[in-house]
Amino acid sequence: MPTFEPVLLARINTPDSHTLATYQRDGGYQALRKALDMAPADVTNLVKDSGLRGRGGAGFPCGLKWTFLPKDHPGPIYLCINADESEPGTFNNRYLMEMDPHQLIEGIAIACHAIRSKNAYLYLRFEYGLSYRRLDAAIKECYAAGLLGKNILGKGFDLDIVLHRGAAAYICGEETGLIESLEGKRAWPRIKPPFPAIEGLFRKPTIVNNVETLCCVKQILDRGKEWFQSIGVKPDPNNPRDPGSYGPKLYTVSGHVNKPCCVELPLGVTARELIEEHAGGVWKGRKAKAVVPGGISMGFLSDKELDTPLDFNGPGKVGCLGLGTAAVVVVDDQTNMVDVLYNCARFFSHESCGQCTPCREGTNWMTRILDRIRSGNGSMRDLDLLTEVASSMGIIPGTTICGLSDGAAWPVKNAIQKFRGDFEDYINSGRKSVTPYPVGAH
Amino acid sequence: MSALTEELREKIRAEFPKYPNKRAVTLPALHIVHDALRCVSTESIREIANLLELHPSEVHDTMSFYNFFKDEHHPLGKHRVWFCRSISCMLRGGEELLGEVCQKYNVKPGETSADGKFTLEFAECLGACEGAPCALVDEDCHMTLDVNSASKLIDGLK
Ligand SMILES: Cc1cc2nc3c(=O)[nH]c(=O)nc-3n(C[C@H](O)[C@H](O)[C@H](O)COP(=O)(O)O)c2cc1C
Ligand code: SF4
Ligand code: FES
Repeated sequence: MPTFEPVLLARINTPDSHTLATYQRDGGYQALRKALDMAPADVTNLVKDSGLRGRGGAGFPCGLKWTFLPKDHPGPIYLCINADESEPGTFNNRYLMEMDPHQLIEGIAIACHAIRSKNAYLYLRFEYGLSYRRLDAAIKECYAAGLLGKNILGKGFDLDIVLHRGAAAYICGEETGLIESLEGKRAWPRIKPPFPAIEGLFRKPTIVNNVETLCCVKQILDRGKEWFQSIGVKPDPNNPRDPGSYGPKLYTVSGHVNKPCCVELPLGVTARELIEEHAGGVWKGRKAKAVVPGGISMGFLSDKELDTPLDFNGPGKVGCLGLGTAAVVVVDDQTNMVDVLYNCARFFSHESCGQCTPCREGTNWMTRILDRIRSGNGSMRDLDLLTEVASSMGIIPGTTICGLSDGAAWPVKNAIQKFRGDFEDYINSGRKSVTPYPVGAH
Repeated sequence: MSALTEELREKIRAEFPKYPNKRAVTLPALHIVHDALRCVSTESIREIANLLELHPSEVHDTMSFYNFFKDEHHPLGKHRVWFCRSISCMLRGGEELLGEVCQKYNVKPGETSADGKFTLEFAECLGACEGAPCALVDEDCHMTLDVNSASKLIDGLK
């Protein structure tokens, strides 16, 4: 593949890349100036025509979502920036916020102009301390420079951005859980419809967008929709509903690789390219046994599926849930999938909000069954039981409110199907593993 | 005597203009109190509720959802140290690291060291998987740790 020049990450090695001075020196806030000279609907149409799809996990077309807002609404209309980034393996939003906070703020301002919002709430996971400090400082710089507040750039546009810190709960990343949390309540996702665009934060029309999505918005204003569509994967001609997978994407690669990294590449690179060409190969000269394609919610690729293109359609074709957050986690061939799956299941049972019985109980059962297998007391029947529980929970079977449950089920379904031998060997061998720290206190 | 000093109340009130209603200040207020007092006591909940014009049960309901906040029976130590146990860290020895720290300092996750210096926690993915295994010390993430570098961090806490 020809070398690709990063755009979203172009500035991260610039000294003081997080400051307004360097950002403006590098042409920052010219895209906002351009957007403010356009009618809001024209900005929305540009983003819609670019084919930008949300980077937060669901891949919903960004401009299209903006058009769902009621027309001529008297306001307020809110933008929520989803910076809760908590899907295991994912850290690209952190790079963007720590290294180039002004790129995000400019994207937010452009989006707010497009959707006619004067109030943006940036929901940041609590654990991102450096992101918090950098964003807080950048927002203050903007107020001082007339880039936030009233009459921005003298163009009659008003905008306030509020930084709101979460409290270490994965479910706050689900868009309606985020909204409930922002309102000061437990982060219980809402039943949809109504969708946030109709009734969201404080019961007003609301758009929720991911950090990387909004950084793409800023780049599209600068470089145009043709530029955006020159990168990535065109729509599948055999699938009239596929809007394509255009644009650059940040992939995070971690786990058993020599050089874990966050890299920007055209949508559609393969897991193999990421591992071999960007992450220094599998560590200790080993081979990959399994690869998470986009955060653990998406399931697993087997070693035979490493040439799957990681665009919005690729992972689904080999039985994964989707591209998710494009977080690639590599598991080497010396690792047993029982331990990997137990780790995944435990995450979801810890993070389920508890509203829906199939999710609350299902995640807990799956963890306990896997714990039973790990303790040497598993039986072959447990494998079918795991699949049965996994198949009955989630939005897809229609038994839960939000997608956490589908994300909990997917690694289980994929692991039992693609790595059944690992589970059978484990049960037959009488092996035992224990968690190496006491968990009683929680 | 009230649980919240005037300074803390002022900090909470300063959040009001950012939101269209006071209930939205629940999480910011809990953070302000928790950080300063190392827990949110029942009395603090009552006083926060008063400031936000809510029923104390509403504040408690929200607070109890987030395991993040400690009540007066389990106050935080001076510092809080979180070791990541999620997949990328687990694959690179994060769970064993947490086990070694537990043993060395004789604390379990969720507990505070006998000298009150730090509360140990396990964390789910800290979003720093390129530096697995990693730990969050108060608000700073430290990457690629082993038991030696982790002990150095903990011993260096003031
Ligand atoms: C359980 C769960 C957790 C999620 N966590 C995040 C997250 O941390 N960040 C994020 O941007 N989107 C997350 N999402 C997706 C959001 O619900 C939403 O689709 C996204 O923020 C929309 O932004 P986008 O269209 O710009 O991608 C999560 C979804 C679910 C079901
Ligand atoms: S699916 Fe799970 S996380 Fe989502 S609302 Fe239901 S119980 Fe909560
Ligand atoms: S898994 Fe530990 S930081 Fe992501």
